[in-house]
Amino acid sequence: MELSAKHQEYWRKNLLITAILMVIWFIVTFVEGWYARELNSITFLGFPLGFYMSAQGSLIIYVVIIWYYARYMNKLDNEYNVQEEELT
Amino acid sequence: MSQAFSQVSFTQQLKKYYAVYAGGFIAFVLLLAVAEQMGLSRKYIGYAFLFSTIGLYALIGIMSRTVEVAEYYVAGRRVPAFFNGMATGADWMSAASFIGMAGTLYLSGFDGLAFVMGWTGGYVLVALFLAPYLRKFGQFTIPDFLGARYGGNIIRTLGMLSAILCSFVYVVAQIYGVGLITSRFTGLEFGIGVFVGLGGILVCSFLGGMRAVTWTQVAQYIILIIAYLTPVVWLGMKHTGIPVPQFAYGQTLQKIGELEKKITADPKEVEVRNLFKDRAAAANAALKDPNKAYAEGKSALEKKAADLKAANAPADQVTAAEKALAAYPKDVDNAKGQWNKDKGLAARAAPPSPHATPFPGKDEAARNTARLNFLGIVFCMMFGTAALPHILMRYYTTPNVREARQSVFWSLFFIFLLYFTAPTLAVLAKFEVYSNLVGSSFASLPAWAAAWQVVDPTLLNITDFNRDGIVQLAEIVLGGDIIVLATPEIAGLPYVVSGLVAAGGLAAALSTADGLLLTIANALGHDLYYKMIDPHASTARRVSVSKALLLVVALIAAYTASLKPGNILFLVGAAFSLAASSFFPALVLGIFWKRANKWGAIAGVSAGVGFCAYYMITTYPFLRDLFGVTRPISDFMIMGINPISAGVFGLPLGMAVIVIVSLLTPAPEKDVQELVEHVRYPHLRGDISTEAT
Repeated sequence: MELSAKHQEYWRKNLLITAILMVIWFIVTFVEGWYARELNSITFLGFPLGFYMSAQGSLIIYVVIIWYYARYMNKLDNEYNVQEEELT
Repeated sequence: MSQAFSQVSFTQQLKKYYAVYAGGFIAFVLLLAVAEQMGLSRKYIGYAFLFSTIGLYALIGIMSRTVEVAEYYVAGRRVPAFFNGMATGADWMSAASFIGMAGTLYLSGFDGLAFVMGWTGGYVLVALFLAPYLRKFGQFTIPDFLGARYGGNIIRTLGMLSAILCSFVYVVAQIYGVGLITSRFTGLEFGIGVFVGLGGILVCSFLGGMRAVTWTQVAQYIILIIAYLTPVVWLGMKHTGIPVPQFAYGQTLQKIGELEKKITADPKEVEVRNLFKDRAAAANAALKDPNKAYAEGKSALEKKAADLKAANAPADQVTAAEKALAAYPKDVDNAKGQWNKDKGLAARAAPPSPHATPFPGKDEAARNTARLNFLGIVFCMMFGTAALPHILMRYYTTPNVREARQSVFWSLFFIFLLYFTAPTLAVLAKFEVYSNLVGSSFASLPAWAAAWQVVDPTLLNITDFNRDGIVQLAEIVLGGDIIVLATPEIAGLPYVVSGLVAAGGLAAALSTADGLLLTIANALGHDLYYKMIDPHASTARRVSVSKALLLVVALIAAYTASLKPGNILFLVGAAFSLAASSFFPALVLGIFWKRANKWGAIAGVSAGVGFCAYYMITTYPFLRDLFGVTRPISDFMIMGINPISAGVFGLPLGMAVIVIVSLLTPAPEKDVQELVEHVRYPHLRGDISTEAT
């Protein structure tokens, strides 16, 4: 079947949000990990920051990323009329 | 409308059932606690936990038995997001996470956090790149998707073999864990423990497939999270004064930093460390010319004994000298064994490395390699998470795409609860050891230490090397698993909590083993038998073939586990690297790049796995021996990356090969383009349907 311009736009928006969230994921994972030694000189909530991020901070951000993506996409489905029939 | 209504009431009913179940389980634990106060012995508390939980899982298995294909493979696709999250949590968290993780963090400090980050951050990839699209595709296995997207049996077979390879390595480790836990807490023999646990696994997956496994995994998650959090919260109350020590252990970490400094400088500690250094140095010297060293050592002892006797020394000195002579190794080979052991003491001659400091190393180059390896492990664990078939399969079971997305959130939320507690537990336990065990006298060790030293010397061994009657940190040898196992006793909780922890560890191992076994059996029963050998098989026959295969695979896995293969951590890591290199590129490009074609996928999967395996074979000592690789490791090592992280190279290579080969060969057919569009949109008017029933 042919996709309408609106469908294309839906997919572009999906790719955009995916890219943005991946950048955040990359920063709190690999950039944070690379500079962990330097970050440790900062104290946060009584923790050295590098340790805190790897043990807890980045994990919380992962949970939030996934929560936000689900919420954003489920709304986008409705906006672009590609949502499934209501089940829940 | 009636379907919508039934799903709502189904979810409500589930919530009610599991609330009653969780309450019942807590009541059961309290009842056992009362019974313990009234004199119930430890052995029977162990049995009560073992048999009541396995019996419960069996009951759920029997209640959800099924012979319907969609129920057997994907639990009828009506598992609500919240419950699928719990089931994924149990599926995901293995014996290694439950028992081993806190110990790894205790022993390796910051660097152990690579696993914590890797095993949680991978779910971001699952959420963004895989779960919703696989759900829309809606068939039964991961090779199903590869087969449909790229076409033909070659890629399906490659997918099937990769699925079996990663899952089998992993399931052996789980069954091994089951044997360990049952034997430790009930006194049953290891082999019997393996088969009792196997019974618990089979009765579930065999009778009811994915449906039974799902509802059991939810029950297992509830037990394992209660079991993990209870002792930590208690211990945390003791140290930090609040019931969520996860947010307050920064203070404890600072105190550990001070204790580390004190221990590094303490003259008694230095004395013990020097003792180890000297012994290691002596052993190294002796090993240069073992025959001469052996003869010299022996004659020196003989001379000493003779001299003492001749000089009419006191009787106790003479006996001591004779004893030393009698204890001297009988021949050179025995002496060599002793010296090789002593050589290892060099590792204990180093002061404790600071817990919160990343990438310790002797110089800048070593620290940079440690950092690369840290990031390498994070990378492989993350992409491996997003490629392990037993996890991806779980997202086929939600009612729709919408819930698949939410379900990844719940999955990571439930996993997070345990993974952000593990570093807390490691720090609290370390503080306990550094402040209470170190410096105590051998005559009055803390009760938990005294008890565990007797139970299992491989987990805790304290020897007074410098004979001053005081415990020095350097004198303690501690196995990682003790951290979780002994926490209830460290926190001063009754034995019933130890039984609870064992039940939790068992739940973690059983639930993961269930999911893995099902993946392997389905790969064989569905992808091999139904899709390739007999596409006309009746539904009843398909399910019974899958069940029979499940039994066979389980027995082979149990047999392999009972041989106690070593290096389980490496094997598990290897499974992640292999999964990351094989599945991830083909799955993700299949969804996000329409131009990816059959030949690209075949070449990419082969190149990814091939290079990954090649790197492991040439750089991992055990595999080098096995394959007779003789050239030095440094010839094969790239940037000092350890073999466990081979996926760092395998995955990008697999991606690149798919892209290059796809571009060199013709674009895929029109119907493949349609399939890709189909999975990208939760609902399209006039859409094709791929959902299997």
